[in-house]
Amino acid sequence: MSRRTIEVELSTSGLDAQGRPQRVPLVTNDGGTAVAVEPPPGVEPDLEGEHMLINLGPQHPATHGVLRLVLELDGETVVRCIPHIGYLHCGFEKIGEYRQYNQIICWTDREDYLNSIGNNVAFALGAERLFGIEITERCKVLRVIASELSRIMSHLVWLGTFCIDIGAFTPFLWAFQRREEIYRLIEKWVGARLTTSATRVGGMAADIPSGWMDGLRQFNRTFPHTLDEIDRVLTRNAIWVGRTVGLGVMTPDEAINWGLSGPMLRASGVDYDVRKDFPYLDYETYDFEVPVGTNGDVYDRYLVRFEELRQSVRILQQAADRLPDGPVNIDDPRIILPPKSKATSEMESMIHHFKVVMEGPRPPIGESYVAVESPKGEKGYYMVSDGTAKPVRWRIRPPSFVNLAAIPKMVEGHLLSDVIAINASIDIVMGEIDR
Amino acid sequence: MSRFEVVRTGASASDSIPVTQKNVSHRKEPPNPSAAALQRQFSSAIKRVEVIWGETVIYVDAASVKQIIRWLHDDQSQRYDFLSDVTAVEYRDAEVPIEVVWHLRSLPFRRFLRIKAQLPKGTSLEIDSVYDIYRSADWLERECYDMFGIRFNGHPDLRRLLMWESYKEGYPLRKDFPLRGRFSRSEQLRQALAQNPEARYSMEELTIADAFAELPEDMRQRLNKGERTGE
Repeated sequence: MSRRTIEVELSTSGLDAQGRPQRVPLVTNDGGTAVAVEPPPGVEPDLEGEHMLINLGPQHPATHGVLRLVLELDGETVVRCIPHIGYLHCGFEKIGEYRQYNQIICWTDREDYLNSIGNNVAFALGAERLFGIEITERCKVLRVIASELSRIMSHLVWLGTFCIDIGAFTPFLWAFQRREEIYRLIEKWVGARLTTSATRVGGMAADIPSGWMDGLRQFNRTFPHTLDEIDRVLTRNAIWVGRTVGLGVMTPDEAINWGLSGPMLRASGVDYDVRKDFPYLDYETYDFEVPVGTNGDVYDRYLVRFEELRQSVRILQQAADRLPDGPVNIDDPRIILPPKSKATSEMESMIHHFKVVMEGPRPPIGESYVAVESPKGEKGYYMVSDGTAKPVRWRIRPPSFVNLAAIPKMVEGHLLSDVIAINASIDIVMGEIDR
Repeated sequence: MSRFEVVRTGASASDSIPVTQKNVSHRKEPPNPSAAALQRQFSSAIKRVEVIWGETVIYVDAASVKQIIRWLHDDQSQRYDFLSDVTAVEYRDAEVPIEVVWHLRSLPFRRFLRIKAQLPKGTSLEIDSVYDIYRSADWLERECYDMFGIRFNGHPDLRRLLMWESYKEGYPLRKDFPLRGRFSRSEQLRQALAQNPEARYSMEELTIADAFAELPEDMRQRLNKGERTGE
């Protein structure tokens, strides 16, 4: 095993004029474990071997919500980590059993709230499998645009908050500026920014307004410049490299066994992406690469997510070019609401409107598990129907819940300050973990 | 430079590119090839094989679940190395048994399988844990225990996960659990106010128990009286 070298730029802070590190350790030892500083013999002998317990969170800004970690420290090295979750538990799955399928879509917004429109798409896909619906071509492309935009939004929040956690402030502002542009696009489309509820079973809540595609093309043109800027500031920055390389390493076998998914799994060198392996929405027809890391540390997770941003722009460009004309919703009055003008003028449409709203569409008896590649990983919706308008069971497979379960394994042996970096690299959203 | 080789999974390892499933029929799709292999290997423990919307569901005997999942994980022709989800389903019909559901993925062969075991109501809801096969089962099984009260035998740390340890209202996702909770709002409020916040910090975690004798006399007295700190 060789030591990993990353060429850092001399001009960045953290290096003196000769290129020697100032305070920040540039090289961690090869095993991925931080070097625990042995106390010099004779100094404070009564403190030797004494462990300290500290309580990180649930109200700590670097825990990205309400995560509580009980850490047992030997000096500054973490010996044991016990995570506690559940502070945001609201019983989404229970509420889902009392709601019609289209009503549940509003709950999926609130669960992984950085990726709300992506959750809407995922839920609608699951429900359509349960109903046996084939959606229209235009709807498929619109949903691809929606999922990739929300992937970019989610990754930008991750990038910004990760920078803040580690101590870089400027990329946070750049990332949030661009995220705001996407929010404006989403707002023009569905009328809401965060809680989008953009999909319906069998289609979308609304088609894109005229001229919307120009805004998307404009974003596609300019966004890579921002990525280049952030790349120039972070990727070869001495402090950034020093704070991230060699931390929280998961080997490929471990990562699979611990059930990690998404960028966490790919950073560990497992080439698995739901969009490629179990494709949905015709993702196999888009030309994009799946970035894969080879070291499984925090730095690789950063690289993988960063490259995913560029790939998402590629997918968006292709989707914008191929968007076909035609209807967005399927033509089935038992499932899709009639246009408002017809509902108020034609008797038959009014009856359909009434039936769809009051009784709700009914799927046949059965069950479906549809997984999509959310920005955090494999997000699955498992629905069981007994033939009524409300599901018997609505289960969310939350990717960041399963990813977070591996945090004791990742932080043990590292320094306390590295816990923050490792925790940030998981990209958790507590709304999704606690549900 | 790099520490490990890239593991190629289904799509990138094989020549055939998977495509989006289209026009999936309700119950007429062919079953996953693992279903036939399972029936050959464990003839009596496999109760029923169903294909719903293209997804293969295998109902297995609750006693041999762990053995079957271990075989699926270890056997070279199956290699179900990724546990997506562990959950349970309770039906509205009170006669239908509770089902424990495992969603397994084989990354090398690009297969997806759903294993189900039925636990009749009125019996003790117990089943073997798959924790030693998949570490991802840790929190998933804890959540399932928390929400349904199904005990996973062999799980090393089966505590409540999303609800707190002293939660007395039962298991929220069971059908006999009302949507607003078992207790009235006033009772819930009374219990919340009477809670000792320190109770969430277990003595084992904070190791106060070890050091209790060494604490100052007045602090020991206050702790004995159950007084909360910070008041």
